[in-house]
Amino acid sequence: MALVLNEEQRLLQDTAKDFLSGNAPVRALRELRDNKDATGYSSELWSQMAELGWASIILPEEYGGLDFGFTGLGVVLEEAGRTLTASPLLSTAVIGATSILLGGSSAQKSELLPKIAAGELTLALALEESHRHNPTKIATTAELQGDNYLINGAKTFVLDGHSADQLIVVARTSGEESDSSGISLFLVDNQSSGINCQRNIMMDSRNAATISFEDVSVSADQLIGKLNEGWQILEPVLDRGRVALAAEMMGYAMECFERTVEYLKERVQFGALIGSFQALQHRAAHMQSELELCRSVILQALSTVDDAPEQLPLVASLAKAKLNELVKLVTNEAVQMHGGIGCTDELEIGFFLKRARVAMQILGDTGYHKNRYATLCGY
Amino acid sequence: MTAPLRRETLENLDLFRSEVREWLEANCPESQRQPMAREDQYWGGRGSKFPSEDAKIWFERMRDQGWIVPEWPTEYGGGGLDAVQAKIIKEEMKQLKARTPIFGIGIWMLGPAVLEYGTEEQKQQHIRAIINGEVRWCQGYSEPGSGSDLASVQTKAEDMGDHFLVNGSKIWTTKADKSDWIFCLVRTNPNVKKQEGISFLLIDMADEGITTTPIDLISGDSEFCQTFFDNVKVPKDNLIGELNTGWSVAKSLLVHERKLMSEMGSETPRQVLAPNAAARVYLDFEDGKIADPELRSKLVDYDMDMHAIGLTHFRTFEERTAGIRSAAPIVMKYVGTEAEKVKSELLLAMLGSRGLGWEGEEFSVQEIDTARLWAMSKGMTIAGGTSEVQLNVIAKNVLELPQS
Repeated sequence: MALVLNEEQRLLQDTAKDFLSGNAPVRALRELRDNKDATGYSSELWSQMAELGWASIILPEEYGGLDFGFTGLGVVLEEAGRTLTASPLLSTAVIGATSILLGGSSAQKSELLPKIAAGELTLALALEESHRHNPTKIATTAELQGDNYLINGAKTFVLDGHSADQLIVVARTSGEESDSSGISLFLVDNQSSGINCQRNIMMDSRNAATISFEDVSVSADQLIGKLNEGWQILEPVLDRGRVALAAEMMGYAMECFERTVEYLKERVQFGALIGSFQALQHRAAHMQSELELCRSVILQALSTVDDAPEQLPLVASLAKAKLNELVKLVTNEAVQMHGGIGCTDELEIGFFLKRARVAMQILGDTGYHKNRYATLCGY
Repeated sequence: MTAPLRRETLENLDLFRSEVREWLEANCPESQRQPMAREDQYWGGRGSKFPSEDAKIWFERMRDQGWIVPEWPTEYGGGGLDAVQAKIIKEEMKQLKARTPIFGIGIWMLGPAVLEYGTEEQKQQHIRAIINGEVRWCQGYSEPGSGSDLASVQTKAEDMGDHFLVNGSKIWTTKADKSDWIFCLVRTNPNVKKQEGISFLLIDMADEGITTTPIDLISGDSEFCQTFFDNVKVPKDNLIGELNTGWSVAKSLLVHERKLMSEMGSETPRQVLAPNAAARVYLDFEDGKIADPELRSKLVDYDMDMHAIGLTHFRTFEERTAGIRSAAPIVMKYVGTEAEKVKSELLLAMLGSRGLGWEGEEFSVQEIDTARLWAMSKGMTIAGGTSEVQLNVIAKNVLELPQS
């Protein structure tokens, strides 16, 4: 376990910072929004990111991966968080790739993982069925008919769902609606007949689709892992997604906070720099304290994935809950400390504010993770 | 550069750890592996007695092993070990539940200052005496009028040729009534910027002209005192560092004090339950969950914060070992002591009326200690620099915000 970055990871961080600030600054997200881009991210940028190896950063070398582990992934995601870069990094390179890696057959791995690594295949996890994160409450069904499964149901808040090549659909194959057993995962081509996909523009200028399935037929070899035992794959996948997203959220918080501190050093009111006012100094110093705590949590969570995965559930919930509260605090304070200009669309702070709110809901809000942490602690 | 430990180094450390474990196992008496009440603590000092024969044996074995302060140099009685090895000893002691053989401000604060700023003679005179438990120290920083403005020191030390003549008074002198020596900030030049006319002076409390009175606190304790100096003659050899450079020594010492206070939660001599253990004793459960949603929510907030704080202590250690500087150590006093207050309020809320007992047979020692620790916790965000001063320091030194 390491709570400091090694040299390799710091070099990766520098590369990511240079590349993203040059090629995908916050301005790029604004352009995607204003141009009503059909994909919601730049495919060209994603190809470049894949060339840098970021699509395969956690994949073993045998599948064309970089094998840098989650701490390596975390430094890239944090930099992508600083620039609010829209890309399939989370949905494909983290959630999609780990689903295959943890649950896939050797045939699935050798077919799909090299394509993910090359940036040729994008995935999206079709999990949620209601407006609040509840990963075991699955009503979408998959029923065996002949050699194929027929999928019926509806999914919501599917990140990058409209643009992904394939969906990982969480379906119920037995048991009651909220059982964790009886869940199975299926790899479904997004162009299959019976799929109705509606792209939704979210407040962060990114995408989450609503997708319905009507007798969508998939062959039995599209099952990921064992029938009815999808939860054993899904839970560790979700935890890896939570940790990765928390690392990205650290980037929102760092960037937003640093911009705010800079503003405190240049804005003059009542004949003084506003950063000299103790009312603002103490709030900024409190945020610095929270950032330090969250920094330790993130480093621990990332290295737990690689070094002590049996401890992951507790640490993943800690990371997501702490980072949810951090980005809420920092983005709210950033707007307030910028004053009126903080409420304008021209200033980029608003992009951080809105992205933070979406990220807070993805894979569980604070209440969800507090409840899970308490339950894991036995109370 | 994060020197990733090389394999052979790691193997050596594993070997060291198993040797430490073996030695502790063989040498720590069984009675010294039990939770410690306040009367079980040994603080040393001229007139001090060991709380038990086993405590004496344990102390002497640790002293002879050089592990009272493992990282101090061997020529003054330390263990001559590095920070990683010292941490291993600490961890293994914790693992065995071995008691800390001696407590003291000499170990935590004065020793590091003498080692950093003292002359060879001063090191010879004071360091071994601290390790041997012969001299108990207290701190003389604050003054009745100074509050958070530590540099406004008024107690003056006049240069009388062969000695200093000290007059004034110090407040919040912890356990001064039981201490042998006091280290003081004194005014040696009143005509310059306040930080530039302060010196750091060691004073033997047996000297003529010194009187000490304890102060009763809201916790019912009186561990703090006020100490008066009336024409006290202090030898010039007792000056630490150069004349009028006491502020730098004090600031370096405050770092030790704040680090100590940020970690104090785990060191408290009070017999209180951890909040998640108290929940099992005092709260109703339904379906394996605390029935009261408000208390459950507050408990998980506290536990998550303490988890994050614990990880940050580890990170600070790893950064120091790797030679990396970060803002983490600077925020820990604020974060750690605020968390102590949250903990005390949470315990009090969980215990309900059982947390309100002050004395008598009705309440357990733990319950009464919970009430008293709650009262004591209020001082933790005041002593050693208030939370507001800590935030000022973060704003100035970390964020480099403009000063008014």
